[in-house]
Amino acid sequence: MELLTPELGLFVWTLLAFVLVFVILKKFAWKPILNSLGEREKGIADSIATAQRVKSEMAAMQAENQQVMAQAREERSQMLKEAKEMKDKIVSEAKDQAKAEASKIIGDARVQIEHLKMAAMTEVKNEVAALALQVSEKILRKNLSTDAEQSNYAKMLAEEVKLN
Amino acid sequence: MSYKRLLSLLALILMLLGNASSTFAQQEGTAPEAGHEAEKSQALDIKKIIFNHVGDAHEWHFFTVGAFHATLPLPVILYSPEKGLALFSAANFGHEGHREAYNGYSLNEAGKIEATDGSKFYDFSITKNILSMLISVALLLIIMLNVAKKYKQKGSMIAPSGFQNAIEPVITFVRDEVARPNLGHKADKFMPLLLTFFFFIWINNLLGLLPGGANFTGNIAVTACLALITFIVMVTKANGHFWGHLLNPPGVPFGIKLLLVPIEIMSLFIKPLALAIRLFANILAGHIIILSIICMIFIFGAMSPMVGWGFSPVSIAFSIFMFLLELLVGAIQAFIFTTLTAVFIGQAVEEGHHEDHSHNDGHYHVNENEIVL
Repeated sequence: MELLTPELGLFVWTLLAFVLVFVILKKFAWKPILNSLGEREKGIADSIATAQRVKSEMAAMQAENQQVMAQAREERSQMLKEAKEMKDKIVSEAKDQAKAEASKIIGDARVQIEHLKMAAMTEVKNEVAALALQVSEKILRKNLSTDAEQSNYAKMLAEEVKLN
Repeated sequence: MSYKRLLSLLALILMLLGNASSTFAQQEGTAPEAGHEAEKSQALDIKKIIFNHVGDAHEWHFFTVGAFHATLPLPVILYSPEKGLALFSAANFGHEGHREAYNGYSLNEAGKIEATDGSKFYDFSITKNILSMLISVALLLIIMLNVAKKYKQKGSMIAPSGFQNAIEPVITFVRDEVARPNLGHKADKFMPLLLTFFFFIWINNLLGLLPGGANFTGNIAVTACLALITFIVMVTKANGHFWGHLLNPPGVPFGIKLLLVPIEIMSLFIKPLALAIRLFANILAGHIIILSIICMIFIFGAMSPMVGWGFSPVSIAFSIFMFLLELLVGAIQAFIFTTLTAVFIGQAVEEGHHEDHSHNDGHYHVNENEIVL
């Protein structure tokens, strides 16, 4: 039964020591330790949250990049296509223009040729007429240089008229 | 590893030898006039040996070889309303076997101080238990303050190392398994108290297991003191909801109220009482079992030395088993005391409609009845 009767001295000393230990440890050990533990847990949670956010941001960025790439690719092909069309158009336009120019030049040339031809012909005719006059003059001069010939010619002409 | 095992075995054997020599010293002490031939027939006073070991003392007895008693006399502090304060060494009472009175006080057979004139006095001596407690307190302060310093030095985001690493899981265990499930969002407020309870009880349980150690946590005065602290915290922190439910349970017919309220009030006092007795009885029982198993060697030895030697391996094996079990029990009892303190405080501070949020939080509510140890 001696074991079951609490001793006052031990009780008082235990109370004193426990309260003292509690006060000292609370202020100088438990508070800093628990605060650090809380801070660390918060820090770790924050880090994980940040990592996850960065990860999702990265994924979003990648998706965006891909989209931009696809868009760029599409734009490029569009541009190529447009350029080709433009080229074709320019070429065909140039061709048409050249053709028109050429036909115009040819037309002009033809007209000019016609003119020149006409002029040449006229000149040739005039020349030929002059030549014929000269020749006939010369022939006449030679043939009718004597009186006998003149009378012969006159007789011939007169005969022709008689015939008629 | 084997080195450490060897060391603990050696410690046990030392403890055993200490017991052996004190046993013989006891024999001399109890029957000095019986003579030499009486020594063999003298029955071993096992009860006295064991109870001397688990009880408190004014001197710390380590071992006895022949007539030499290796004891550490402890300071005696007495306060008498008539004679005033008295402070002297317990060595003044003489050695075991030949006690003498000093300063009007004497040490009786049970190791208690008595006034020779029978007057009333208060004993505030630094006994074996108190010295053991002071050592444990010093250890606790050194360990915890160093750990706290490490946290301050390294900052919170560096991984713990060394002793910090050993203490941290225990602290987080107390926080996550003891405080938070029972106290909810008020856990942080009571964490310092719960941690102090846990480490104070644990370190004293462990020191008590050392060979020659004091049976501090197996003393009813100590556990009563700790339970009183729980009771005071519980009563002072209790809110209106708790008192309302205790003194005027809602939704209960008047007739049953007459029956229920006294029971509730009784339970208020029974809770800390059970707390005190649980710790005291568990630790005391452990000490008594280890001592009993070792004493069996000497009981058999008294029959015949051969039987005593023959039985010693069995006894040592049993006591090693019990010792390891007590290491476990030391931690478990500290945990249970802390958990029950958290449960009691939790009951006192919980707010109305606790059923809803405590279940939604996913916390389990530890019922005191669920813990059988």
